Amino acid sequence: MAAKKNGNDKSEFNTVPFSTRVRPYLIVAPSLIITIGIMVPFAMAIWYSLTNYSFKLPTHKFIGISNWVNMLGDASFWGAVKISLLYGVISTVLEMLIGLGVAILLNNLNNGLSKVLRVLLVFPLMIAPVTATIVWQLMLNSSVGIVEKLLNKFGVYNFPWAAAPGTALMTVIIIDVWINTAFIILLVLAGLQSLPKSPFESAKIDGGSAWFNFTNLTLPMLKPSLYIALLFRFMAALQEYAVIFALTKGGPGDSLMSLSLTAYQKGFKFQKFGAAIPYILVLWLIINIAAKKIVKLQRTAQKQAAGLEE
Amino acid sequence: MKTGKQKALNILMNVLLIIYAVFALFPLIWMVMISFKSDTEVFTTTFAFHPTLANYKEVLLRSDYGRYILDSVIVSGGAVLVSIIVGVPAAYALARYNFPRKEDLAFQILSYKFAPEILVVLPLFMIYQKLGLYDSYLGLIWVYQLISLPLLIWVVRGYFEDISVEIEYAAQVDGYSWYQIFFKMLVPLIKPGLVSSALLAFIFAWNSFTFPLILSSNKVYPVTVAIMKYLGTDSAHYGQLAVASTVSALPAVIFALCIQKHLVRGLSFGAVKG
Repeated sequence: MAAKKNGNDKSEFNTVPFSTRVRPYLIVAPSLIITIGIMVPFAMAIWYSLTNYSFKLPTHKFIGISNWVNMLGDASFWGAVKISLLYGVISTVLEMLIGLGVAILLNNLNNGLSKVLRVLLVFPLMIAPVTATIVWQLMLNSSVGIVEKLLNKFGVYNFPWAAAPGTALMTVIIIDVWINTAFIILLVLAGLQSLPKSPFESAKIDGGSAWFNFTNLTLPMLKPSLYIALLFRFMAALQEYAVIFALTKGGPGDSLMSLSLTAYQKGFKFQKFGAAIPYILVLWLIINIAAKKIVKLQRTAQKQAAGLEE
Repeated sequence: MKTGKQKALNILMNVLLIIYAVFALFPLIWMVMISFKSDTEVFTTTFAFHPTLANYKEVLLRSDYGRYILDSVIVSGGAVLVSIIVGVPAAYALARYNFPRKEDLAFQILSYKFAPEILVVLPLFMIYQKLGLYDSYLGLIWVYQLISLPLLIWVVRGYFEDISVEIEYAAQVDGYSWYQIFFKMLVPLIKPGLVSSALLAFIFAWNSFTFPLILSSNKVYPVTVAIMKYLGTDSAHYGQLAVASTVSALPAVIFALCIQKHLVRGLSFGAVKG
């Protein structure tokens, strides 16, 4: 591994002049200063979760942890946790697998088709998620949708899609995959394009099979980029709101009431902002834990990849 | 020499790619078709219909749609520009230097990406009104940093970490100044990561809905908020909605076309990775 500029052990670090030691902090500082303002609203939100804050009331008062107790005692809370996790995990896994596959195809097939598709396949991301969902809604309409007409040819009639609790989750996940696989494709393709050439050239001389090269060279060197894509996709999927809201507003029944939707409903429809915040903070905590874990894996993969490229 | 097996594999790869492309592109084609349909024909499923430009006229000529697009370009473009200016150096520092609490700082920046928008936006609304940032370009560009900055820093950081520090030393020894090293040697090497994350950051800022909905009103009016008008309470104008979203995708499409050739790693002067 390449030696870092400031050396790796602490004693050496302390001998470098002060101006050199503060330099990295100074370089990072603008990014932090720009975004640190966000901690103020965050702290305020935690305070609101301990009050009966509502847009209807002129003032709010401290009510202790009763919002939290109410949430934990609410059966729908645990259902919401389950739906958020199911939605987040299934859609992210599908998007990672399909995205990796398509990126590899685009990278390996160096023909006209792949050149054109490299641009075109990013387009689904560029449509606002709410509009994308409405277009899908028109296509999936169980009486006049084009997908229904297609299914009729295979003897399937009135497939319920988002209208039945059993198929609603599948339907939103399909739409999510349609929108967000492009995100994975773009990041993984950029990762593939930046892989160093030399390890592959020496592997060619050694005469390894394509599969051997993929699992022993491509994958380990690509892993850091894959984890970054996974990290950002999973964080967003756990919070997903727009697609579910535009499709069914959380229904039918409460089959799609995730943590985000429950919080929005409580906060805006029922005007109980204080009671809504604990749901969001639980979601925040889940994402925080997941992100820490993925970051750790990413850091390890990055170090291993750096070793491979020597 | 291509063997039969390789040929079969090649065909299979093309077929798989085409299957995915149909899935990914058909809804877009459908949307563009709807944009040319009158409201009475929206629910027809044949490809034959009477194309009309009425929706385009309504959206582009009889509303301020051009202005909404311009507002979106200013705030999303501005947000990405600010993110690049402060984020690329930060990514470099987080990749190159070893300093106490480095990983904590990096995670702190990452955590802005999962600060739930709804949690942040209401207190921010009150703060913005006090600071005079409500309904201003600067206000939205600032809050969009939560969307664009973490992605840019974390992606670009990985690309910096892939570059060996020795080639930087070698260039220093050869007498190149720091900005020559940075712009002529490092930038070409991080280019795929920089342009792909900049494009994604632009798209996410463009698609942001909660922030502009609550933090701006008349003076700054991004398209995502404007599009909602076509979903009227009782009658949805799907045709106009389709026009609005087709047109609103154009800036990102142009951006994607412009960066296409930079998605491939550039050659920096004689530098090799690792």
